Amino acid sequence: MSETLDIMVGAPNQQAGPKPTAGDDTISNYTINFGPQHPAAHGVLRLIMELDGEIVERVDPHIGLLHRGTEKLIEYRTYAQALPYFDRLDYCSPMCMEHSYVLAVEKLMGLEVPLRAQYIRVLMAELTRISNHMLNLGSHIMDVGAMTPNLWLFEVREDTLQFYERVSGARMHANYFRVGGVHQDIPESVLADMGTWLDTRMHLFEDAISLVADNRIFKQRNVDIGIVNKEDSLAWGFSGPMIRAAGIAWDLRKSQPYEVYDRMEFDIPVGTRGDCYDRFMVRVEEVRQSAKIMRQCLKEMPSGPIGTLDRKVFPPKRAEMKQSMEALIHHFKLYTEGYHVPAGEVYVATESPKGEFGVYLVADGTNKPYRCKIRPTGFSHLQAMDFMMKGHMLADTTAVLSAIDVVFGEVDR
Amino acid sequence: MIRAREGFVDAYRAAIGDAFVASRDHVDELTVTVKRDALVDACRIARDKFGYQQLMEIAGVDYPERPERFEVNYHLLSVTENHRFRIKVTTDEDTPVPSVTGLWPVAGWLEREVFDLYGVTFAGNADLRRILTDYGFEGYPLRKDFPQTGYVELRYSEAEKRVVYEPVELPQDFRNFDFLMPWEGAEYRLPGDEKAVGQAPGAPSPAPAPSAAPKVDAKAPPAQPKTTDAADKTGAGAKTNKAAARKSKAAPKAKGEGQPKGKKS
Repeated sequence: MSETLDIMVGAPNQQAGPKPTAGDDTISNYTINFGPQHPAAHGVLRLIMELDGEIVERVDPHIGLLHRGTEKLIEYRTYAQALPYFDRLDYCSPMCMEHSYVLAVEKLMGLEVPLRAQYIRVLMAELTRISNHMLNLGSHIMDVGAMTPNLWLFEVREDTLQFYERVSGARMHANYFRVGGVHQDIPESVLADMGTWLDTRMHLFEDAISLVADNRIFKQRNVDIGIVNKEDSLAWGFSGPMIRAAGIAWDLRKSQPYEVYDRMEFDIPVGTRGDCYDRFMVRVEEVRQSAKIMRQCLKEMPSGPIGTLDRKVFPPKRAEMKQSMEALIHHFKLYTEGYHVPAGEVYVATESPKGEFGVYLVADGTNKPYRCKIRPTGFSHLQAMDFMMKGHMLADTTAVLSAIDVVFGEVDR
Repeated sequence: MIRAREGFVDAYRAAIGDAFVASRDHVDELTVTVKRDALVDACRIARDKFGYQQLMEIAGVDYPERPERFEVNYHLLSVTENHRFRIKVTTDEDTPVPSVTGLWPVAGWLEREVFDLYGVTFAGNADLRRILTDYGFEGYPLRKDFPQTGYVELRYSEAEKRVVYEPVELPQDFRNFDFLMPWEGAEYRLPGDEKAVGQAPGAPSPAPAPSAAPKVDAKAPPAQPKTTDAADKTGAGAKTNKAAARKSKAAPKAKGEGQPKGKKS
């Protein structure tokens, strides 16, 4: 305790000797503590920053303040019981977290998912992407000083949460995807409302972005801040908008398509400079592309079952259980023992709004995962903070941090 | 959906030579086990010759029953070949794994995480501190012998005006239901099984049934016919035998042993 507190109070760093700076006086390096409770830290992040005046020399992010031992807990749960933990990883894009997990289990089991369920999953994943980007873009703008766009973007985000609730019953922790399908069917009226919403409400987003995209102050705060080139972004394990902003057109939805993404028509926006402004604009364009994918899903949505008909994996309908003893037994067995997953190991990654979200699952043939390693997106990005911040001003920290789009639910697990 | 890369395993095996231990292709995913000491070379060859530019993940797994209990899995991704594969090494508590921070800077935190959660050390990682667990945490929480509940819990003490650490106190014992079907080869003893040891076959318990039931021919006469000819054969224990041997006062006096009348075999 004492050691950690000492560096918090901002004592001058003893190691750094006197070094001439721009002014008349010699200023020794300063170590300051950023967080763990800071409005711009997007959660509980503690940064130990070594400053030379206002120039950041070194950043040491301390993470793990939100560590809940998710991976340990999952080892003690059945496959179905482990699913809700994924909502709580990246709580800004819950369904995308579930997506990697159900795909991993399905891959081990060799399970076929009905087409309608695949469309629903893609539809909801893209809705989640819009929802996530609304939060991130809004808070990014706010972190660099603009207030209004965030309020407008939250209007749109509220709509997406309403859809979440109408589809899954919960605004955030949806627990909607299931191994073999999705939990419930989406009523036609909700699908229709989604279409109307895409046509009528997305102008709010465009309006908000038009306030900042060409804004001089916004550009001053973001252009050429935290530049990462192609080679570095590969070496630092970047993914998602971070690697695309660096100019690498890498999107798992295109390169390693899962579900029905190979039927969708959409573009991958890439940046040219790899700075915070590019990351912002890549996300802006991704929202438009997500809306495009959602429209295609709504248009092509087939009818049919929303889950596999393999009753050893996917529970029967409630109405069926009232009539059929077998259905009742299936339901009972699925909600007590659960299903067994054949032994093996699998790594499945999906394109979550923040980047590559992977699940490395080791199954031993029982009803519980032997090991479930979660590959968070923000973990690698945050590690590169030190590298990105070197030589920048203290005030750029918030811009870099927002452009990473970090959420501590998944970084700390 | 990742397409298999034709001929990659053989080429990679030839390139890394002696370091190769085994390879496995399961559900379209390739795993190559390499020797621990040759890990850095194996990774460098994968990166430079085969185009696996990105290290996405390092995942530890614990198998306590193995002599080298830990597996460390390196998940590599090639953005040019659009392919993934996994390099696996094994180690135990004391043997360090060579660090790949020289190849990928991203490995720094990933190795820290494996160290934090499993206690696997990495030789060459300059900053091997704990990362996810609390300051001053003891133990390696993802090891299989670490309890899910942990050992310490913390709370805010109103009296001391600070957060205090205390040993975990559970109001109820930790319960772990696995719901595995006991008749499908579950390898554990249910509570109460200890009572079943040595119980008669056929009792409502998982006592093992006799391998071959003794044959009983119902029609044949028993080998030794059951009689109560003698006083010591009442079949009701020594006390009764003694009582049976006592002579009744009403009985006529007879010489010799006291044999009940009318019982001739």
